[in-house]
Amino acid sequence: MDKLIEYAPLLGSGVLVTVSVAVLSLVLATALGALGAAAKLSRKSAPRAIAQVYTTIVRGIPDLVLILLIYFGGQRLLNMIGHAAGLDYIEISKFWAGVISIGFIYGAYLTETFRGAYLAVPKGQGEAAKALGLTPLATLWTVLLSQIMRMALPGYGNVWLVLVKSTAVVSVIGLADLVGLADKAGKATREPFLFFVAVILVYLAITWASGLVLRYAEVRVNRGHET
Amino acid sequence: MKFELVFRHWDLFLSGVWVTVHLTALALLIGFMIALPAALSLTRRSRFSPLVRGYVYFFRGTPLLVQTYLIYYGLAQFEFVRESWAWFFLREAWWCALIAFSLNSGAYTAEILRGAIKTTPTGEIDGAKSLGLSERQVTWLILLPSALRRALPQYGNEVVFMLHGTVVASIITIQDILGVGRTVNAKYYIAYEGLLSAAALYMMITFLLVRVLRLVEKRYLRHLDIDGGAAKAGKKIAAAAGMPVMR
Repeated sequence: MDKLIEYAPLLGSGVLVTVSVAVLSLVLATALGALGAAAKLSRKSAPRAIAQVYTTIVRGIPDLVLILLIYFGGQRLLNMIGHAAGLDYIEISKFWAGVISIGFIYGAYLTETFRGAYLAVPKGQGEAAKALGLTPLATLWTVLLSQIMRMALPGYGNVWLVLVKSTAVVSVIGLADLVGLADKAGKATREPFLFFVAVILVYLAITWASGLVLRYAEVRVNRGHET
Repeated sequence: MKFELVFRHWDLFLSGVWVTVHLTALALLIGFMIALPAALSLTRRSRFSPLVRGYVYFFRGTPLLVQTYLIYYGLAQFEFVRESWAWFFLREAWWCALIAFSLNSGAYTAEILRGAIKTTPTGEIDGAKSLGLSERQVTWLILLPSALRRALPQYGNEVVFMLHGTVVASIITIQDILGVGRTVNAKYYIAYEGLLSAAALYMMITFLLVRVLRLVEKRYLRHLDIDGGAAKAGKKIAAAAGMPVMR
């Protein structure tokens, strides 16, 4: 137990890394998801095809494979381009490689979530806004967005919970997140069980707290729709 | 790109595919055997249900990687584990991965089955009871056949997720598809080829699986296709099966 206290500051910094990777990837995934959904709902075939390829590839390949590809492959690619442009050796930070990979992966899942939510909003809402003379942008912003959010929230919360757990694999590329640090601490003290139990408790706490926030958000977006 | 290096080691990749498929199938099988009693106990408030609820919450709330580490590295810390018969299994990465994946899949599957059992139309149960079927007969002849079918689309997602989850095995030294890909990469000091081949293999297996799952659904859910042809229910289920949604 005293070993755990000794390593508490270190593990605390690991928690910070894990949470920041998770939150930043969620931001990126949300942006990619919105873009992807817009592309999938587009009337033009080119954006639809690109979005389809994106979601198909991501959902066919395990997260760790994509992370390794983006980290090692991206590193090589960047340096090939950099070398041709006469630049020095560039190193991708592990942190940003993790954020970009996880954001890229979960953006594909959010694409489906947002697309489904958009389609779940009754058509009459958009038509009524159009009849009132609202521009498409104003329609989206003032009429549809709040309803899309209501429809998307359950799926969005689910993606967040899976995303948080997915951040554990960034430790494989050597990022000093909670799992990576606990692994090192466990090896140094020869008490890996203790440290992995601590990691599990932190993840359970994050899951639990997210559940509370999501339930509150669900009540809030469903005001006026109580059954 | 030097893909001839990959082709030179095609036998390694083949054995990687076998390890991945084997591990996935066994984990799903054992997971299902855990999930069935767990889901039944969750839906009928037995005295085990708090325990089962704890198990499901624990395994669904934490990363598979950490669960695997806990079993593989964590348990080896204790001397009484190392001296017990269990050490025969727990010292092998393969068994540890199988135990972790099975328990993980069991928890997710239990939750899927619980949902399916809970949404069984009460008329089906009432009808069975009114015919004089015993409690056990109702469970095995009516409730489960009906619930298991309705759980199929979601269970299909779980199958795909377990397949993708098995990459964790490569982190604890097992030579599954990703493990082989990384080995080949490291051997020749290349960045893409091994990983890209692994990615392609995973994708092929995933799409094959989705295809098979869709056929199984078509077969076992055709009773939901009431008005024949492209009825709404059937279409909806096919759409859900095509994309491995989040579990």
